[in-house]
Amino acid sequence: MTAAANTKTTATTTYHDDLEIVRQELDKCMKCGNCMAVCPVYSIDKVESAVTRSKIAVADAVLTGELSLDDPQVYHMVFNCLVCKSCMTNCPTKVNFDRIVLALRAALVRKNGLPWLKKMIFSTLKHPKLFDTGMKVGAAMQGLVFRTDKTKKAISPRSPFASLGEGFGFDADRQMPELTVTPLRDRVPDVIKVDKPALKVSFFTGDSLNYFYPDAGQDLIEVLTANNIEVHIPKDQSCCGVPVLVHGDIDTVRTLARNNIDAFDKTGSDYLITGCGSCGGAWKHDYVELLAADPVYGLKAKHWAERTYDISTFLTKVISFRKPMGEVRSVVTYHDSCHLKKSMKVFAEPREILKSIPGVTFKEMSAPDTCCGSGGSYVVSHYETASGIGKRKAEDINKTGADTVSVGCPACMMQLLDNINRFGNAQKTRHYISLLAESYRKEKGK
Amino acid sequence: MLDRSIIEKLEALVGKENVLTSKMDLVAYSYDATADVPRQAPDVVVLPTTSEMVQEIVNLARANKIAIYPRGSGTNLSGGTIPLKKGIVLSMQRMNKILDVDAANLTAVVQPGVVIAALNSAVAPFGLIYPPDPGTVTTASMGGSCAENSGGLRGLKYGVTKNYIMGLEVVLANGEKVRFGGKTVKNVTAYDFSNLFVGSEGTLGIITEITAKLIPAPKYRRSMMGIFKTLQDAGNAVAGIIAAQVIPATLEIMDQMTIRTVEDFANIGLPTDAKALLLIEVDGMSQDVVTAEAEAVMNVVKTNNGDLHTADTDQERDQLWTARRNALPALASLNNTVVLEDATVPRSRITDMLVACENIGKKYNLTLGTFGHAGDGNLHPTILCDKYNKEEISRVHKAVDEIFEAALGFGGTLSGEHGIGIAKMKYLGNELGQSGLNLMRSMKEALDPEYLLNPGKMVPLKEV
Repeated sequence: MTAAANTKTTATTTYHDDLEIVRQELDKCMKCGNCMAVCPVYSIDKVESAVTRSKIAVADAVLTGELSLDDPQVYHMVFNCLVCKSCMTNCPTKVNFDRIVLALRAALVRKNGLPWLKKMIFSTLKHPKLFDTGMKVGAAMQGLVFRTDKTKKAISPRSPFASLGEGFGFDADRQMPELTVTPLRDRVPDVIKVDKPALKVSFFTGDSLNYFYPDAGQDLIEVLTANNIEVHIPKDQSCCGVPVLVHGDIDTVRTLARNNIDAFDKTGSDYLITGCGSCGGAWKHDYVELLAADPVYGLKAKHWAERTYDISTFLTKVISFRKPMGEVRSVVTYHDSCHLKKSMKVFAEPREILKSIPGVTFKEMSAPDTCCGSGGSYVVSHYETASGIGKRKAEDINKTGADTVSVGCPACMMQLLDNINRFGNAQKTRHYISLLAESYRKEKGK
Repeated sequence: MLDRSIIEKLEALVGKENVLTSKMDLVAYSYDATADVPRQAPDVVVLPTTSEMVQEIVNLARANKIAIYPRGSGTNLSGGTIPLKKGIVLSMQRMNKILDVDAANLTAVVQPGVVIAALNSAVAPFGLIYPPDPGTVTTASMGGSCAENSGGLRGLKYGVTKNYIMGLEVVLANGEKVRFGGKTVKNVTAYDFSNLFVGSEGTLGIITEITAKLIPAPKYRRSMMGIFKTLQDAGNAVAGIIAAQVIPATLEIMDQMTIRTVEDFANIGLPTDAKALLLIEVDGMSQDVVTAEAEAVMNVVKTNNGDLHTADTDQERDQLWTARRNALPALASLNNTVVLEDATVPRSRITDMLVACENIGKKYNLTLGTFGHAGDGNLHPTILCDKYNKEEISRVHKAVDEIFEAALGFGGTLSGEHGIGIAKMKYLGNELGQSGLNLMRSMKEALDPEYLLNPGKMVPLKEV
């Protein structure tokens, strides 16, 4: 059965399909306000509607009919959340707030459909080849709108776009990663063999490592092969679906999930490796939940969930990675990406890797697990709040005296790039795996 | 709904971005952390950033007879911030500047929206602390905490909020701004206005600036747990510790129901066959004193048939306090509604009160667990119930009535740290008598003759 044919058989048993299912979750909230202490949006906005407990109260009012999903303010509130899950880690009664906010978004989409722009973008995601072509065309054309900072591989808006964009962050100072002309999956073969492989793994690249940070993706592959691991990179994998999931387009996510499961089933690998907390979380949690009622793909989703590892966990827990010998002289701090720490529970492993690199001086920043303000598209739709959050992060990074901030999630890398440019001390933003790869390379004198 | 012209005037006073009128925003300010009290959305939410703005808002409200409900972080537990009569919710969330930290005078001056934990972070580099630590210390605001006179885990040794407020700036219902108290330790000028406004729950004036007392942070501490087979033994141990002339920083109790629920919830290895646990911490500036006090406490626990478990490392200490921190959430996870009271008795009657709570729970067939601050007699009988079950809720109300009757019967008080708000107004006469209620009303009417400030709280509205 093809993935496309399966789209019609959408299960209707999750909170994504029926808002009523989250009522139990709403009842768990004591309104104690502990979420206020950690909500990045509240820390900037200082209004109740930014705080989780209020969003729960509003959800309750929607269920009782006191408020309507069509209310523009309700719409705004539902999307004024980074889904960073910080509130969930601080909630004494363990309210799964991500379910509540995603259920609200899905209910909105069921009721009113997607706004045209989102509809257009999300529908191309369902057609990976079309999407891939679009990204390559974008890469070829980006020079018209953006100028490039070669040393940082970053682009910034050219005038007149920059002057048009002033006030919502699309100004001349805005830095974004360059869209690559040759994406990661075009740079490498389907299978990267090693002599007598210890293990066979499949690498889920995700869009960000494929189109924006292909070098980091190549570093990840290099680290695996340096540890004698055979790497499969299925060409027909698509977006993990998290960017779509957080906008409530559940049908598209289910399609993408089935596509991806089909692509990885073919590899027959022992493990699925990710280099992005959001992609990892999708495979570990979201696919299982979304496909629970699907008799075929539900089981497959579970199969892969049990075999999905962030690259750091794979290196430290599954295999005992080869200790790097090459010296990388750098003072490094580490930012805990929300999806990596709060969803994947990965935080000790990247630090272990960084500390193993000769020459690296590791400096912990204060509150390394506060959100950076990215939230995927949140930074686009709520630039001012996101920037307020990012500024504080940049200041925390500055205080460590580090020359490099290391991250395990490409979306955070994008946000940090822009905010370090604005508020930071010109620190480099790098995936932790790139530092390890550099150390391995230096062993060989490269 | 307020007249559009009033909203426009408010917008002119504080800026459009500081005035909220959407139905969604009003729902967001229709509740606080109290269960089982009415919810009510205000007409408008105003977020001033200066005390002058507060004065202007009060003047506008007075001219148009609009109620004003001052509000901090809304973590209060007696319904004190719910805008019962609609009108203006005056949120202090954006008045959140620390104006001065004066280590030489051991004081800090803050705006009301400053979060208690933020003040503690700001004074920590000077080796100082602001001791009041309500359970919501990471979110509760200084203004709200002053207005509610909140307490916390360190109450036994360090007291409650009123012991740390040295001066205030308050905007009165007539729009005037008054300042009293300040940085001097000795200040006996005129009436003691600080102690009048602290705990006034927003009914007498609006706190716009606070001068707080700081103390040197204790350098040493020892934590331990006493495990008891009877409530009586635990109660006697509390009395024994005080009799041994030790004032622990924290002396917390959990009953069997709470112990078992916490253990089910958090799996931390608590002794589920114990009838009661005491969690004790002594602290001080000298290691010798702290060691001597810890030993005295251990002796008392042993002589009262308690088993002892001491925390020798920071990690063990954290584990020990995890139990206490989990008490409320664990109980809360049992059902959809938590009715959390703070009936308080002289500490010599702790055992009596614990037994009374247990019996009341049985009598009304309710899930009732008690934990709390044994050292200062401040208990939290906590009832877990189903808000959708009307019959059960009526039993809850009867039980709560009896809990307060019992507390007052033991020479106690209605509130140790949560305040009166809406939830406990009906019992106030039982503690203060008619003459006390008359005094309350006189005070209210002297300062707020038109009942503009937080109307319907603490002092009932006048029947017309």
